[in-house]
Amino acid sequence: MSAQIPNVQSTDELREKWMKPEVITGSEMLLRSLLLEGVECVFGYPGGAVLYIYDAMHGFDDFKHLLTRHEQGAIHAADGYARASGKVGVCIATSGPGATNLVTGIATAYMDSVPLVVITGNVATTLIGTDAFQEADITGITMPITKHSYLVRDVEDLPRIIHEAFHIANTGRKGPVLIDIPKDVSAAKSLFKPHTEPVMMRGYNPRVLPNKLQLDKLHQAIAEAKRPLILAGGGVVYSGGHEELLKFVETTGIPITTTLLGLGGFPSGHDLWIGMPGMHGTYAANNAIQQSDLLISIGARFDDRVTGKLDGFAPHARIAHIDIDPAEIGKNVKTDIPIVGDVKTVLEMLNIEAGHSSYADEWRTTIAGWKKEKPFRYDDSEEVLKPQWVVEMLNDTTRGEAIVTTDVGQHQMWAAQYYRFNKPRSWVTSGGLGTMGFGFPSAIGAQMANPERLVISINGDGGMQMCAQELAICAINNIPVKVVVMNNQVLGMVRQWQELIYDNRYSHIDLSGSPDFVKLAEAYGVKGLRATNKQEAAAAWQEAMDTPGPVLVEFVVNKHENVYPMVPQGATIDQMLMGDKE
Amino acid sequence: MIPTTLKHTIAVLVNDQPGVLQRVSGLFGRRGFNIESITVGQSEEAGLSRMVIVTTGDENTLEQVEKQLYKIIDVIKVIDLSSRPMVARELALIKVKAEPAERPEIMGVIETFRAAVVDIGPSSLMVQVVGDTEKIDAMIELLKPYGIRELSRTGATAMIRGNV
Ligand SMILES: Cc1ncc(C[n+]2csc(CCOP(=O)(O)OP(=O)(O)O)c2C)c(N)n1
Repeated sequence: MSAQIPNVQSTDELREKWMKPEVITGSEMLLRSLLLEGVECVFGYPGGAVLYIYDAMHGFDDFKHLLTRHEQGAIHAADGYARASGKVGVCIATSGPGATNLVTGIATAYMDSVPLVVITGNVATTLIGTDAFQEADITGITMPITKHSYLVRDVEDLPRIIHEAFHIANTGRKGPVLIDIPKDVSAAKSLFKPHTEPVMMRGYNPRVLPNKLQLDKLHQAIAEAKRPLILAGGGVVYSGGHEELLKFVETTGIPITTTLLGLGGFPSGHDLWIGMPGMHGTYAANNAIQQSDLLISIGARFDDRVTGKLDGFAPHARIAHIDIDPAEIGKNVKTDIPIVGDVKTVLEMLNIEAGHSSYADEWRTTIAGWKKEKPFRYDDSEEVLKPQWVVEMLNDTTRGEAIVTTDVGQHQMWAAQYYRFNKPRSWVTSGGLGTMGFGFPSAIGAQMANPERLVISINGDGGMQMCAQELAICAINNIPVKVVVMNNQVLGMVRQWQELIYDNRYSHIDLSGSPDFVKLAEAYGVKGLRATNKQEAAAAWQEAMDTPGPVLVEFVVNKHENVYPMVPQGATIDQMLMGDKE
Repeated sequence: MIPTTLKHTIAVLVNDQPGVLQRVSGLFGRRGFNIESITVGQSEEAGLSRMVIVTTGDENTLEQVEKQLYKIIDVIKVIDLSSRPMVARELALIKVKAEPAERPEIMGVIETFRAAVVDIGPSSLMVQVVGDTEKIDAMIELLKPYGIRELSRTGATAMIRGNV
C-alpha cells in the first residue's frame, strides 16, 4: 500500500471548461482558482465561516483535502509539503479560533521563507469590526509574520487575489501569504473570469539578476583570498541552485559550510564540506569562519545562532553576501560585496568566469586537519541507548536517501549532526522560529508531496506531544511516515541549558506523565514499537522499515546526553565547549 | 565613520489599500525604528497615497528602514527627502488662554510669525501656524507664558525642491 496520494483530475478538458466565463459562488471560484495554480493537496479544518467553501468541496476530488485534527497540524503539514516539494503549501481554516490556531505555523514559515497560501474564513463583511461570534482580525494579527495578506471584500477580486497570492508566495524571498475571505464573499455569486495572465504589481519586483560589477568584485576577491570560505544557507535549496553551487565549489576549490536550513543544498560527503556552523556546529566550520579572509554567504542570513557574538564574528574576513532579499544585506553583518539576486542565477553567472582559488592550498590543508582532528563525537555505550547512535543507525539503513523532518531540541541537533544529506529538500526542520510541534505534522506534508519516498520524522518526547493527534491522519489515509520518538523523559535541550548555564537547577523539565507512546500510536490505529537497547533498536527499526504504512518507534534514550560542541551564548563561535571529559 | 543620530524625512508612496498605514507603522515599531511623526494623504496619482515619515537614527538604520519598507508589497517608492534640498511644512492649532486685556500682546506674537487667529472664545484664542518644525516650536515657546490649553500638530509633510 502506498499513501493515498492526490489524485488530480484537473484535465485539460476540465481546465478548458473553467476558462469559460460562468456565474458561480466565491467558494467555487476559490476551488477552481486553486486548481488553476496546480494545487494537488490542501490541509484544513472546517468551521462556520468556511462552510460555503467546504460545501463546494463536497464530492469534489480534483485535489485532496486532508482533515487534520488541529489547525496547527494543518499549517505545519502545508509547510512540510512546501519545503519538501518546492511548491506552494495550502491550508484552510475557519475564522477566529481556527485562524489564530494557525499563527505559530505562519510565523514558522515566515522565518524560514516557506511559500504558503493560507486561506481563512472570516465573519460576513457586515459584521467585521463588531466583535461578532468567532471574529478575529487575522490580517492584523498576522501582519508581522506574512509576506503579504488580503482581506477580500468583493467576490470579483477573488480570482485575481488568489493568482497574486501564489505568485507572491513563491517568488523573490518566499513566504506565507494570507487570504482572509468573509463568509458573505464565499457565498456571493459572480461571473468567474479565471486569472492566469502574468502578475503585474507595481510594488513588487523581486530582483533576479545581480549587478555585474559586484560579480567581478567577487571574482577579484576570490583570486586574492588566501583563506576563502563559503557559508551556504536555505536560499540555495529554495532557489534550486544546488547543482550550480556544487560546480562553483568544485571549480573554485573553496571549502563550504552549510547552515541548518542549508543542509542538503550541498552533498555532506564532499571533501570540501566542513559541516554546519554556529552554536552546535563543527569545530572545523566555526574555526574556518573565524580565520577566513573572505566569507561568501550564499542564501544565508547571518542568524545569531550562526554568528554567535556579532562583534567577534569572522573578524578577519571581507564579507560577500548573495541574497534575493536586499534587506538582508547589511542587516546583521557589514557587507563588503553585496550581491542582490536569485542564488541560482547568481551562481550560474559566477560559474561562467569562476577560476580556481589558487592561494588557498595551505588553507584547505588546515581545514582538512580540523575536520579530521575533531569531528562530531560521542561516547557510545552498551548499557544505554545513545540518541546519536540512533541517528547514525537511521542514516546507515537509509543511506541518506530518506526525507527527514525534525522537531526542535537536542534530537534536532543530533539529526543535523549525524544524518548525511545528499539531496536538497530532504531535510525539513524549523530553523528560524524553532517551533516544537512542527516535526511530526510537517512529515505528513512531506509525504504527501513525495508519496514514493521514505519519510522519517524525528521528534523528542516533549514536542511529539504537541501535535500527536495527527497520528489519526496517518492511520486513516495510510500515510506511511516513520515516526521516531527519542524519549529521554525530559525536555532535553532545556535540561542541557539548565545543566551548563543554570548550575544544574533543573526547573520544570521532567516529562513524567507522558503517555505510553506505543499505546498512543495503537490508540490511533498506527503500529507502535519500543526499543531500549541497541539490539531492540535495530530490530524495531527493521520492522518499521518492513511495515507498509505508518509506524511509530519509540527509542528510550539516555537522559543525560548533551549536544556538543556548544557555543555558549555571548561567546564568539570559536569558543566552543567540546564536552570532552578531561 | 562615527555613527550619527540624525533626523530623516522619508516619503513613501503606497497603494491606497486598507491596512497599509498599519503595515508601515507596524514595521517601524516591530523593527525598533523610531517614528517622530507620520502624515498620510492623497498623492498626485489616483489610488496612491503619500506618507511622510520623520524618523531618527544613524545611516545604517536609515538604510534598513528603506530596505524593509520596500519589502512591503503595497509600498511603491521610498525617497529619503532629507538627503536633498527639501521643503517641509507642518501645521499646528494652538488654543491659548487670552483674557481680553492680554489679546493685543498675543496678537503681536501671532503677526510676527505670520500665523492666524482662526477662532475667538470668551477667554481664549485659537491660533493656526504653518511652517517648518523649528518655527512651530518657537511659536509654542512664545505662547507658553500665556497658558496653552490645547495643542495639535500635524507632523511634517515634505517635498524635494525644484523639478525632480
Ligand atoms: C513551542 C515551543 N515551546 C518551547 C520551546 C523551547 N524549547 C526548545 S527545545 C525544548 C525541549 C524539547 O524537548 P523534547 O521535545 O523532549 O526534545 P529533546 O530536546 O529532549 O530532544 C524546549 C521546551 C520551543 N522551541 N517551542
